Amino acid sequence: MTSTMNAAHVSDTATLLGRSLRHISRSPDTIITTAITPVAMLLLFVYVLGGSISVGQENYVNYLLPGILLITVASGISYTAFRLFTDVSTGLFERLQSMPIARSAVLWGHVLTSIVANAVSLVLVVLVALLMGFRSGAGIAAWLGVVGLLALFTLALTWLAVIPGLTAKSVDGVSGFSYPLVFLPFISSAFVPTDGMPGPVRWFAEHQPVTSIVNTLRHLLAEQPVGDDGWIAVAWCVGLLVVAYALAMRTYRRRIS
Amino acid sequence: MTISPPPVGPAITVAGLTKSYGEHRVLDGIDLTIAAGSIHALLGANGAGKTTLVRILSTLLTADSGTATVVGHDVATQPHQVRAAISLTGQFAAVDEILTGRENLMLIGRLRHVADPRAIASDLLARFDLIDAADRRAATYSGGMRRRLDIAMSLIGDPPVLFLDEPTTGLDPQSRIEVWRTVGELAAGGTTVLLTTQYLDEAEQLADSIAILHGGRIIADGTVAELRELLPPAKVEYVQKQPTLEDVFLALVGQQQ
Repeated sequence: MTSTMNAAHVSDTATLLGRSLRHISRSPDTIITTAITPVAMLLLFVYVLGGSISVGQENYVNYLLPGILLITVASGISYTAFRLFTDVSTGLFERLQSMPIARSAVLWGHVLTSIVANAVSLVLVVLVALLMGFRSGAGIAAWLGVVGLLALFTLALTWLAVIPGLTAKSVDGVSGFSYPLVFLPFISSAFVPTDGMPGPVRWFAEHQPVTSIVNTLRHLLAEQPVGDDGWIAVAWCVGLLVVAYALAMRTYRRRIS
Repeated sequence: MTISPPPVGPAITVAGLTKSYGEHRVLDGIDLTIAAGSIHALLGANGAGKTTLVRILSTLLTADSGTATVVGHDVATQPHQVRAAISLTGQFAAVDEILTGRENLMLIGRLRHVADPRAIASDLLARFDLIDAADRRAATYSGGMRRRLDIAMSLIGDPPVLFLDEPTTGLDPQSRIEVWRTVGELAAGGTTVLLTTQYLDEAEQLADSIAILHGGRIIADGTVAELRELLPPAKVEYVQKQPTLEDVFLALVGQQQ
């Protein structure tokens, strides 16, 4: 029974993943839009502000990219919330929930779609960064670390996005939740080192998740030891994932009972 | 998963069902029995609790007390068996607007694990007069076409019980008659249909039996003839019958069927 349930779960999730990937292929603008804001920030900071910012290394693109990648994910997940919201508001969500399918497959279809869509946006941003002079000599292991941490971060934020997707009353409400997430990297080591920030701001910047994640990615790409930042970053992502998943599933169960 | 046995006895039984939202008692002790293969109309004003009852019967909502069974399965304790036996067509045509009509049908076919989703989709497109629009996105469909697609999606997997929640609300008169004809054909084929409506003529046209839901209770339940007997006997009066505006409209637009 359990194994057939799991097989059905996998096959239903795959069917629903295929469906929302088809949505994305028919509106590639969602991927482009996701990548545009981070790319614009990359251009702005490198070519306009970058000349006045001293980060203690030659290549400011290298310094900037990790934070830009996090902003990409933060803006990408608002589409995940939007796609889920659309299913709920059109009644398709209820139709699927009243069918003899593995019920959570509906959520997992959206979550996996989010991973795929964000991965494509991230690749686009990295390609632009390469054109702008981003270089890394990192080996396979370091790149796997980068991809793994970004995947974990995306998964955590995606489950967070499921909550407004299920509960929002309007499209504005859906997209609004991601603004603070996009803003968070500004008060971190993403754009400038935290050393120059005044006391309380510096304390916040050094103890919020973005800084440890950015530092970890930056060190991995620069072939430097990751140090404590690595574990702190993973702990933040896993902690966020567990909390977001629990809250999302609680919201989901309320929605369907 | 076993296929539900053909319904013997009533398709749907409801006993003492209650549901409250805070202080507001939406369903206040509902008792209802619906014979297999019949069309049963649930008649009531907006907010009378029709949708709440349908949501409980289709396992989307749990009742506060009382029991309900669908083809012998309890909605609270055997929701998966109930879902295998039903299809829900909600108040708003719940179709995926980004997919084409054909893709919508194939999506449901895959999720219901039917043998040949493509063949079933083609068959339903023909049956519901959607061949020409089959490969257009559902977003381009008219209200009547969306509703037909919606009902076609509900028929995949031949569920013995169909819930139609206000299937003709918002449709033009021609589409309304199309939906009526479809529902009649389904019942003739042995499907049990529970239909909610706020239109008296719709209930009279379609239903074998009618329950009137008012103030959270079923205040009358029976065939149209039985309900008529609740009133004083008819007396013969001379009335000059004027065509209704609907008669005029249908005569003018030609009624191609």
